[in-house]
Amino acid sequence: MARNPFRSEAEAYRFLLLTVGYFAIIVAAAAVETWLGVAAFVLLTAGLIWLWIRSRPEPALRPAVPARSGAEDERRILVIANETVGGEELMSILRTKAEGVREEVLVVAPALNSAVRHWASDEDGARAAAQQRLERSLAQLEGYGVAARGEVGDGDPLQAIEDALRTFGADEIVISTHPEGRSNWLERDVVGHARDRFDVPITHVVVDLEPTR
Amino acid sequence: MSAHADSHAAAHHHGPPIANKSSRIDATVLGMFLFIASEAMLFGAFFTAYFFIRVVNPEAQSWPLEPFHLPVFVAGVNTAVLLTSSLTMHWALQSIKRGNRAGLKAGLVLTFFMGLAFLCTQILEYARIGFNPSDGAFGTIFFGLTGLHGAHVFVGLTLLAVATIRAFRGHFTPDHHHGVEIPGIYWHFVDVMWIVVYATIYLL
Repeated sequence: MARNPFRSEAEAYRFLLLTVGYFAIIVAAAAVETWLGVAAFVLLTAGLIWLWIRSRPEPALRPAVPARSGAEDERRILVIANETVGGEELMSILRTKAEGVREEVLVVAPALNSAVRHWASDEDGARAAAQQRLERSLAQLEGYGVAARGEVGDGDPLQAIEDALRTFGADEIVISTHPEGRSNWLERDVVGHARDRFDVPITHVVVDLEPTR
Repeated sequence: MSAHADSHAAAHHHGPPIANKSSRIDATVLGMFLFIASEAMLFGAFFTAYFFIRVVNPEAQSWPLEPFHLPVFVAGVNTAVLLTSSLTMHWALQSIKRGNRAGLKAGLVLTFFMGLAFLCTQILEYARIGFNPSDGAFGTIFFGLTGLHGAHVFVGLTLLAVATIRAFRGHFTPDHHHGVEIPGIYWHFVDVMWIVVYATIYLL
């Protein structure tokens, strides 16, 4: 996210000094030759954008999340899915993982939203839609005999995982997506980023809903 | 096995939806971004008009066109006064952070009077500049841009006056000085905008 240069008086003062220097160089160059002024403007602007991009803080790769605190015979699975949560492939994986242990499944449905609505904090519609998907999915899971509870998460699946891990110490994360080519999450390499970011085993399940539609 | 859904509780929840605490855009930060964006668009509209009339007059050897003449030197001195006022504003903030109340008061008083001097000089400049807003597109844009900035200076002076009065009443401490910090940020923003206006209108 862009950094606000007016977060504090000291930062605003530094920004003012930077502005003075920026325009002083451009005006001095333009006084020599108009096109030199244009060149100074282009070079300085490009240089400042480059410095700004370089100075942006990298997101923490492995944030501290509470350690799992369940019993030995208990398996806690965090499922991140949206439309694909009712897929046969996912059900099969969950049943396999639950064999011989007491399972606890938390399904998180990210409240997918458009960028404009996200920036305007207009999340009500996205959260309501995610809530409906979640309820349908939980009903399907119940039908398959899988004990599950659910919650609506952040629109960013990685943020939704991080939020869920803070209250649900998972043994494993299952990320369910559409097949490659139809999955926005795969296009953004959500699974790869999740593996880099979280110290929890991650299973990627591809659910193809097309044949069942 | 029986499924139980926490989501059912939310489904029967009355009133506005529960706030999503993980939202990465804090409301106050979003507010500041929207404010800066609206200000940028406001000034941007005037600058667009200004550059438009420059572009449609490519034969001009010098700018502004005859018979307009801008008092570059007086405006330069005024710019120096405004920049110095930012320095004293910064000094006032640094003083209260160190518990120096005298520095805070002196800094705010100096900032206020330098801001007032800037505004008065600009009004005098208007009176003696020799053209008015109805004298062509340049006159309109000149008065529009500098007047818009002058209005921001007036708002800044009002904020500074309140901060100064509060400082003399002993309202601020090294830990609690938001009432100085916010006007300080605004004052530097006004100065930044003047640098852009001065460099563009008077110098380039």
